[in-house]
Amino acid sequence: MIAYDLVIVGGGPAGLAAAVSAKENGVDSILILERENRLGGILNQCIHNGFGLHTFQEELTGTEYAYRYIQKVKELGIDYKVSAFVTDINVQKQITAAVRGEGLLEVQANAIILAMGCRERSRGALNIAGTRPAGIFSAGTAQYFVNVLGIMPGKEVVILGSGDIGLIMARRMTLEGAHVKCVAEILPKSGGLQRNIVQCLEDYDIPLRLSHTVIEIHGEKRLTGVTLAAVDEKLKSIPGTEEYIPCDTLLLSVGLIPENELTRQLPVTMLPETKGPKVDAGMQTDLPGVFACGNVVRVYDLVDNVSAAAVVAGRSAAEYLRE
Amino acid sequence: MVNCMRDVIIIGAGVVGASVARALSAYQADVLVLEKECEMCMGTSKANSALVHAGFDAKPGSRKAEFNVSGSRMMEQLCRELDVPYSRDGALVLAFSEEEKGVLQELYDRGVKNGVNEMEILDAEAVKSLEPHVSDRVAGALYAGSAALVCPFLLTTALCENAYVNGVEFAFEEEVTGIEKMTDASGKVAGYQIQTPKASYQARCVINCAGVYADTLHNMVSSRKYHITPVRGEYCLLDRSEGGLVQHTLFRVPSAKGKGVLVTRTVHGNILLGPTAEPGNDKESTATTAKGLERVLAETKDMVNDIDVGKVITSFAGLRAHEDGGDFVIGVAEDAPCFYDALGIESPGLSAAPAIGCFLAELVSGENGFAKKPSEDFHPYRKGIPAFARMSNEERNDVIRSNPAYGNIICRCEEITEGEILEAIRRPLGARTLDGIKRRVRAGMGRCQSGFCMPKLTEILARELGQELTDITKSGEGSRILEKESRRKSDDSI
Amino acid sequence: MEKRRELICIKCPKGCRIAVAMDGDEVVGVEGNSCPRGEEYVRKEITSPTRMVTSTVRLIGSDMNVMPVRLSGEITKGKIFDVMKEIRKCQVKAPVRMGEVLITDVCGLGVDVVAAAEALDVLG
Repeated sequence: MIAYDLVIVGGGPAGLAAAVSAKENGVDSILILERENRLGGILNQCIHNGFGLHTFQEELTGTEYAYRYIQKVKELGIDYKVSAFVTDINVQKQITAAVRGEGLLEVQANAIILAMGCRERSRGALNIAGTRPAGIFSAGTAQYFVNVLGIMPGKEVVILGSGDIGLIMARRMTLEGAHVKCVAEILPKSGGLQRNIVQCLEDYDIPLRLSHTVIEIHGEKRLTGVTLAAVDEKLKSIPGTEEYIPCDTLLLSVGLIPENELTRQLPVTMLPETKGPKVDAGMQTDLPGVFACGNVVRVYDLVDNVSAAAVVAGRSAAEYLRE
Repeated sequence: MVNCMRDVIIIGAGVVGASVARALSAYQADVLVLEKECEMCMGTSKANSALVHAGFDAKPGSRKAEFNVSGSRMMEQLCRELDVPYSRDGALVLAFSEEEKGVLQELYDRGVKNGVNEMEILDAEAVKSLEPHVSDRVAGALYAGSAALVCPFLLTTALCENAYVNGVEFAFEEEVTGIEKMTDASGKVAGYQIQTPKASYQARCVINCAGVYADTLHNMVSSRKYHITPVRGEYCLLDRSEGGLVQHTLFRVPSAKGKGVLVTRTVHGNILLGPTAEPGNDKESTATTAKGLERVLAETKDMVNDIDVGKVITSFAGLRAHEDGGDFVIGVAEDAPCFYDALGIESPGLSAAPAIGCFLAELVSGENGFAKKPSEDFHPYRKGIPAFARMSNEERNDVIRSNPAYGNIICRCEEITEGEILEAIRRPLGARTLDGIKRRVRAGMGRCQSGFCMPKLTEILARELGQELTDITKSGEGSRILEKESRRKSDDSI
Repeated sequence: MEKRRELICIKCPKGCRIAVAMDGDEVVGVEGNSCPRGEEYVRKEITSPTRMVTSTVRLIGSDMNVMPVRLSGEITKGKIFDVMKEIRKCQVKAPVRMGEVLITDVCGLGVDVVAAAEALDVLG
């Protein structure tokens, strides 16, 4: 068992900003545990711009935004471990992580910041009827394929859900030569940022079909099409409005869910409305010394706001450790 | 291409074909399994209730009753030999009215006739204390202690692996399109010629375990015609976080409308809801329907409180191979010597499979003079792939030190490591598709439904199989995951 | 003859709805913007709209498959696909530094394609 004053679970935007903030507020002994093989979290696949206007007063891409924090973490000499997957966490603030190539790492912390981020809702969660062919991806998975692996998942695309990742992927797939047939949104209004509707859909003449959803998936092996239908104010599909759209790819951008499987190992109050832990103004949970920040607490629209919350968490953790 | 004459060809690598293959591998016979899909367990065996039924359901004296009860008795030992998860949780058949309570006694009596042990009729209070989430309208239940849960994917995979290790050959992507009798000089049937689009095979004996297609194959050689109707059953699967909802498999008293839906834990700790029963005529139609899924949720919510629809992680449908006669057809086909059927194997087919396997292996061997292998030549044991998620910290430490790939967690939701995935691919008859990996080690089976691990699994498969990323499929030919390289490094020379 | 147009500003996540009064081709009034960048945006958007392009280029000699890239400045909207064509052709070799120019003066538009990440040279 090794010991650190502060252990931060997650090396994405929240964890990085929290680490920097804690260090700047006087915490010397900090360890960041990151499950992927590099720091940066989801920002590593966000090659689009629009990040950092609040934090850095300039418009950066996601990868540039992450880079600034990673550089800062390195400059400040903050310890971090990548390929370290936290499997257990307990009320004594002991953390166990499986570390690639090393074995289990057991850490005793005096304070913990939870910064595990969120995951995308899947097709299963929507319970869409039909077959289960290849060609159905959550928008973030497709983003990883295109932006990190450099490979296209398909060419005739329908996007369900107008969350920002869906809108960003509509443009990205179009730039790479795919034909995005439409973005369907079950609500009468898009959940994405207005600017993304303009620069990702309108710029490329991609129709946004509000109050529409996919009610059936077709194709035995690979997706061959979807049935789109209009919905009423109760979000139920309206018979007679069904429309078959041939496509080989369906991207789902239908919401994000905080990833709190680890948090649930602790006696921490969870809020059903955010699906995240209850935190006070200092981002402390109701278990003293355990803090949380970023999308693990609630899903944010902007990474700048995640960083801002993480700064608070880092500062509070520093105060807690001083006491 | 014509292959040499084999002793036995088994058609179908579902749980029945796999059970027969494994049982036959204890005999001195040259056995080949032909499977139309690219891996085993891709038909009905992959989409069912994953239950070992106690056996009180089937009509006394029927093949279903006989094989269900004997199969269910064999299952635990078989799962131990093959290192397959099995859990004897017991089942409750819930009655919600005085009238339904009357049916419980009928089921009990039928169970006794079928040879089912460990049954008891419980009053409402007893049911509520066993299952606090059951609807307050419950009037009583039949308890059956021998009902169990099993993983049908791992059972089928393990049976095939073990059969393979014991000398059975497998040929995948071989869809049988024709079967003809071969006769000797005296006009006696001497074997069968089996046609696939790729090759021609010959065997002295054929065992037809072709699921919903078993009627088609049987009817190619026998004048006694059978007819199978695929009966679709739709299911919803809930997150493991809901695993504590029920402790037993909960059925409803069967009504005139049919057997009704069930609520059960799975051996991996999810909650499974379903199935519907929709007869159709399309043997490939495993699509779910909005209506069907609504029915599953409405009817299970009627039985059990606190089913959280928000915790559904996936839904799917399977096809029951219902023969018009309503019973299993097991044995040699009429006017087709040495052509054996396992036909109409609908529920309780999974429970019955071990017994069907042994019965047919004995029958075929007896009729054709295949001797038992000496015990040193038959290895009944198979080791499963060690699951990181179920290890103690000490075991985890050891396994990561001896195999670093076990320190690389690929599927976050189910905590499946690269070590397990590599093993799933490298084993005999290893995984060739994303679904194949999922069925063997559960990567992608969790709450994100492979959102995070799909790219990594695709990369690992491509690397291990020596293929391009764009060659990797979800479930075999026609199901490629990716379209084309857009930027990936083409070569390393600049 | 005065005409009004409404545009959504894309300069920041706020997405202000900005009303523009036009007299022929000339902008005679702007309202609804919450900062000067909004006015600048709509004036340009009406006369000659420009956009940032971000993408990736082929990368070799690194544990990363591709290198994220951006432009050093915005380009005319109509030239996006021409720039993409050049970006698709480009291949770079690690190490690549953050901000390193990978294509100079792409399509003669006066902006460069620059690295938006860093790739270490892992293959030596």
